[in-house]
Amino acid sequence: MTQRQTRLQAFENRTLFLLGDEAAAYGALYAGCDFFAGYPITPASEIAEVMSRELPRVDGYYVQMEDELASISAVIGAVWAGAKGMTATSGPGFSLMQENIGYAIMTETPCVIVNVQRSGPSTGQATKPAQGDVLQARWGTHGDHEIIALAPSSVQECFELTVESFNLAEKYRIPVILLMDGEIGHLRESITFPPFDEVVREERRLADPDADCFGGEPVPPMSHFGEGRFIHVTGSTHKASGMRDVSTQSVHEKLVTRLCRKISDARSEITRVEQDVVDGARIGVLAYGATARPAQGAVLEARRQGCAVDFLRLITLWPFPEEAVRRLAGRVEMILVPEMNLGQISREVERFTSRPVVPISKIGGVAHTVDEVLAVILSNGARIESPVG
Amino acid sequence: MDDTTIIPGPERQLKPHRLLRFLRQEILPTAFCPGCGCGTVLNAFAQAVDDLAIDPKDMVFVTGIGCSSWIPSPYFKGDTLHTTHGRPIAFATGVKIMRPDLKVVVIAGDGDIAGIGGNHLIHAARRNIDITVLMVNNWNYGMTGGQVSPTTPFGVPTTTTPYANVEHPLEAAELVAAAGANYVSRWTTYHVFPLMESIQTALQVEGFSFIEILSQCPVSYGKMVDMRKASDFLRYYRDQSVRAHKAREMSAEELD
Repeated sequence: MTQRQTRLQAFENRTLFLLGDEAAAYGALYAGCDFFAGYPITPASEIAEVMSRELPRVDGYYVQMEDELASISAVIGAVWAGAKGMTATSGPGFSLMQENIGYAIMTETPCVIVNVQRSGPSTGQATKPAQGDVLQARWGTHGDHEIIALAPSSVQECFELTVESFNLAEKYRIPVILLMDGEIGHLRESITFPPFDEVVREERRLADPDADCFGGEPVPPMSHFGEGRFIHVTGSTHKASGMRDVSTQSVHEKLVTRLCRKISDARSEITRVEQDVVDGARIGVLAYGATARPAQGAVLEARRQGCAVDFLRLITLWPFPEEAVRRLAGRVEMILVPEMNLGQISREVERFTSRPVVPISKIGGVAHTVDEVLAVILSNGARIESPVG
Repeated sequence: MDDTTIIPGPERQLKPHRLLRFLRQEILPTAFCPGCGCGTVLNAFAQAVDDLAIDPKDMVFVTGIGCSSWIPSPYFKGDTLHTTHGRPIAFATGVKIMRPDLKVVVIAGDGDIAGIGGNHLIHAARRNIDITVLMVNNWNYGMTGGQVSPTTPFGVPTTTTPYANVEHPLEAAELVAAAGANYVSRWTTYHVFPLMESIQTALQVEGFSFIEILSQCPVSYGKMVDMRKASDFLRYYRDQSVRAHKAREMSAEELD
């Protein structure tokens, strides 16, 4: 039995009262994470604290780097040396990581980046939650690319989606962003740990000797340093062998198209939503992360008051769950999108429906209340019921 | 002579040098400019590896963005992680932590190591992590055409200091020594044999080892200071360099 099994079996079937940050750290340990590099930042520091405490007990390594640029760099280096690696940060640190997130995409380095979103731009309200990095997660690094980002809305889900982030990272050889928010990261609630052996872990697919590590199939197998393969890993445009070729148009087109299509073609396989629909609904509420909680509360209350409302919670934010949004749009006349930003996912929703999409934006570090969302549902419900009014 | 006349030359043929086995021969010749010092550094490094009988399978090279990062990547036949500008030491830290059995070597320029990545240099030295860093210092950003760098001497014109550099250069070797590295040295491409021995020592020393190598850039730097030939630089390195043990007996005025 490995050190990891021994340590984590102590948690089996136990229910603990944990922070979302702590649950994410334990999710990483269950997923097989054996390398963490980070830099302190509110509201993500608790992830580093748990990792620094637990990794040495499960035959893993923790290192606190000099900044977030170094943190993600060390993670990528460690992954090529055989690790399952993770870093965790918040907005300002996430901004610093953007260049090397692009490097991880280009070099197809599986890793997990947790962003516990806080109020920005810049230092903003450092200790307050927000959902303002949703589009940065999608488009923060330069150049054409796809990304995977997941948004947990409970402490239990912080655990589960961290495991899933590691699995998706391995399956598609891509950095996966766990897009938490300060509300969930610092929320303390009950979480039940599964038996260690029941957790599904996607293992790294390693290339046969002499096989290409950077092409030949949509998601090529990778290789590690120190195996005599003499692999060449570069963020420059490269051929299937890994050797750079920055002057041939077709080489770049083939590479970047494959890097995008390995995700976009697998959209239906990757994306997860939770949906709760009722007959006769004319309004749909779409939410994610912490905001999904008051949003769902408002939907249930609206139904109790006689207003039929559909609810759709996005678990996967990127690639965008287009099909689920189209289905919702086909059922209702209007989609309300509460978000802790000035309208980021709502714009994405607009791309997949001709129905009105109404953002319910709230910024300033305070989460929506059920009543705030409910008021918008009911006022729009009334307007739809009596178009004259 | 008519400029358009193509003079037939001998077919390019690589001499079967014994150190060639360390290189990815299929991509030679190198992309280095005529007279560049990077070839000398590559030669000295390959010789050091050969003398120490290190199996390249046990080495990982980590580089950044700039001419000298090409010395190992892609030319040296080993595992190579060609990273983003300024970050090779941070990437190398991750590699070394996971695989302490491998020799992790960073070869990059003064822009990468002393400029954009300077903080990583300081903290790797403070951590005293067991990696070797060769900073190939050509006193300018050569790949981008000869802009001023953190190591450009005071008073020198570059393409972005057309009225002369008004800043003083960073003394990287002294900085790294102060930050806690176990081995620090400074050589030039003129001092090939001592450089080779120094690389051997750096590869063998446990903990952070750092060599600053002054390396000529006759094309991008030389054009601004009228040192257009490699030999101009080599003479300068020969005449201006002072061995550390002698420097200790000299006054500041003499050294200046």
